Amino acid sequence: MFQGQMARRSIPILKQLFTSPSSHLTPTRSVTYMPRPGDGAPRPVTLIPGDAIGPLVTGAVEQVMQAMHAPVYFERYEVHGDMKRVPQEVIDSIKKNKVCLKGGLATPMGGGVSSLNVQLRKELDLYASLVNCFNLPGLPTRHENVDIVVIRENTEGEYSGLEHEVVPGVVESLKVITKFCSERIAKYAFEYAYLNNRKKVTAVHKANIMKLADGLFLESCREVATKYPGIKYNEIIVDNCCMQLVSKPEQFDVMVTPNLYGNLVANTAAGIAGGTGVMPGGNVGADHAVFEQGASAGNVGNEKLVAQKTANPVALLLSSAMMLRHLQFPSFADRLETAVKRVILDGKYRTKDLGGTSTTQEVVDAVIAALD
Amino acid sequence: MATHLLRRRVSQILSQAIPCPTSPLSVGRAFSSATAPIRATLFPGDGIGPEIAESVKQVFRGAEVPIEWEEHYVGDQIDPRTQSFLTWESLESVRKNRVGLKGPMATPIGKGHRSLNLTLRKELNLYANVRPCYSLPGYKTRYDDVNLITIRENTEGEYSGLEHQVVRGVVESLKIITRQASLRVAEYAFHYAKTHGRERVSAIHKANIMQKTDGLFLKCCREVAEKYPEITYEEVVIDNCCMMLVKNPALFDVLVMPNLYGDIISDLCAGLIGGLGLTPSCNIGEGGIALAEAVHGSAPDIAGKNLANPTALLLSAVTMLHHLDLHDKADRIQNAILNTIAEGKYRTADLGGSSTTTDFTKAICDHL
Repeated sequence: MFQGQMARRSIPILKQLFTSPSSHLTPTRSVTYMPRPGDGAPRPVTLIPGDAIGPLVTGAVEQVMQAMHAPVYFERYEVHGDMKRVPQEVIDSIKKNKVCLKGGLATPMGGGVSSLNVQLRKELDLYASLVNCFNLPGLPTRHENVDIVVIRENTEGEYSGLEHEVVPGVVESLKVITKFCSERIAKYAFEYAYLNNRKKVTAVHKANIMKLADGLFLESCREVATKYPGIKYNEIIVDNCCMQLVSKPEQFDVMVTPNLYGNLVANTAAGIAGGTGVMPGGNVGADHAVFEQGASAGNVGNEKLVAQKTANPVALLLSSAMMLRHLQFPSFADRLETAVKRVILDGKYRTKDLGGTSTTQEVVDAVIAALD
Repeated sequence: MATHLLRRRVSQILSQAIPCPTSPLSVGRAFSSATAPIRATLFPGDGIGPEIAESVKQVFRGAEVPIEWEEHYVGDQIDPRTQSFLTWESLESVRKNRVGLKGPMATPIGKGHRSLNLTLRKELNLYANVRPCYSLPGYKTRYDDVNLITIRENTEGEYSGLEHQVVRGVVESLKIITRQASLRVAEYAFHYAKTHGRERVSAIHKANIMQKTDGLFLKCCREVAEKYPEITYEEVVIDNCCMMLVKNPALFDVLVMPNLYGDIISDLCAGLIGGLGLTPSCNIGEGGIALAEAVHGSAPDIAGKNLANPTALLLSAVTMLHHLDLHDKADRIQNAILNTIAEGKYRTADLGGSSTTTDFTKAICDHL
């Protein structure tokens, strides 16, 4: 019986030894993408390096794009977290280019300056924030079979910024939920599931306590669910959801949430799948899209990361692959993703948050070398 | 008989020798009287409640804990004095005894009455919810090194219940943070850290976005932190906290947070150690009232079948004993529970075994 167990346990190890490490990552050639004449002209993309590790990781993306000869060129604008507002020229540039790539913007804590990340999202009406949390092959984590997309309402909810002091010592903050915003985020979530062949959408809420607010959100989700009979829909309370995420994450597929819960769920899901250093994501609205590190965009690392230049560029590289696909350059996106996944699988060049000792530049060089 | 009296006297001397801080929150000294046993209110609850309450009584008898239980049940009619199914007598009993244990209660569906948990919270002014989360040796989850306590503000924050529809399709919900409530829970958190030998208290917040509300909470925590210079104090943004908890829970020690974050984080931590069926919980009220409770549901499908897992209620009773400064009894019972689970011979169905409730309880009594 013991030998039988040994034999059974060694099968996956033997399988790994006999297949070459990158064979299942070689992209098969496909000629189904037929561009229109002139689609290959270089597209301008606004680039906001941001604070702290931001310039480091956006520099990484620029290097890789150049090495691939991707048909994008970057218009760089300096924005820092302690500015009062995002400069008008940056907003105009994004409105012209429709696509932006951004490093994180740090928000000073409790300092009376509202977060620039939130401001950018509200001004450009980027109402959906998307984080794709999945296990990367070769990166060991405690949970397997994780492939969750968290779609989070980005403009209202708890982040309305409407606070005031009623009397000294008593502060109120308004959480606003509207049918309009809930409906459009639900529509986006189901549309995403439909276009990406996802099977289930889960709405995360706390309607047993906040009956009117989250109740309105759920009502909108249920209405939209009836229009997509092929996609399963269910609801889960946010505290139970977090508990299930740490014990059985494979049950989740696409999750749609209001603003605050989305932040927590996205970070939890990113943590179980490998950390916020590797998860891609972005914000999208009706007219514009801003791509950035998936979860926790306000987390720009500490001075040590900047000084030692050991920030993890993987998240932004995978987000820029999403951007390339959004700009309809699928072949470049596939090449970039394959190269990044190959580097992670090899395991030789990994930054500190993944358990390695490489610097950002070493990882970038490895990705460029892995491009085909 | 003589050895029995000697053991009681020794345990009382030990419990009085443990230094009690003189803060008004610690009323432990008042309880350990030499002759009379301590009276505690017991709400067995619904569903599996009565069975697991019986387990607790059996284990306490086996460990010779000087507690006399006063049992109260949820009525089937609404008491107009409390606007709920809990009678005024039950609440008075908790107020008088200052300590209680509550099993799972299913709130009956319907209108015209408050939920049972809400009634208890409001009437007894239970302001802090304490959940010690530690990995149970012998019950393997993906996380082995969890050892943290979550302390959650229980009265205000996002759960004030103040919502209204502004116009059709637009709803507002108020989140209230007051200086008084934040100071109260921060005081309790640091006091708890000090009396249980914890080294670090982390305040969890989202003050970069909700600057005034969470900013006020943080200000209160900082004020209290200055009074306890030997305890390290740090502030962590909640999204970072979630990520660090799932990557490396050993980084945290005591967590103190407002209502909503506390709800989510404490359930997340319960998930790390194996679920609500194993998590103890204790609610602290004004004047040193402590109401320990089992946070899982009443499981009506296995009620009465002798299959329920009493671990959560037992561990909650242990936190109740710690609150009463009966630390040696508490440690004895806790070790018995952990050893029984670690041994693996007697485990209930939800832990992967096949024992009944009574077998499991008997195994714990044998381990005492």
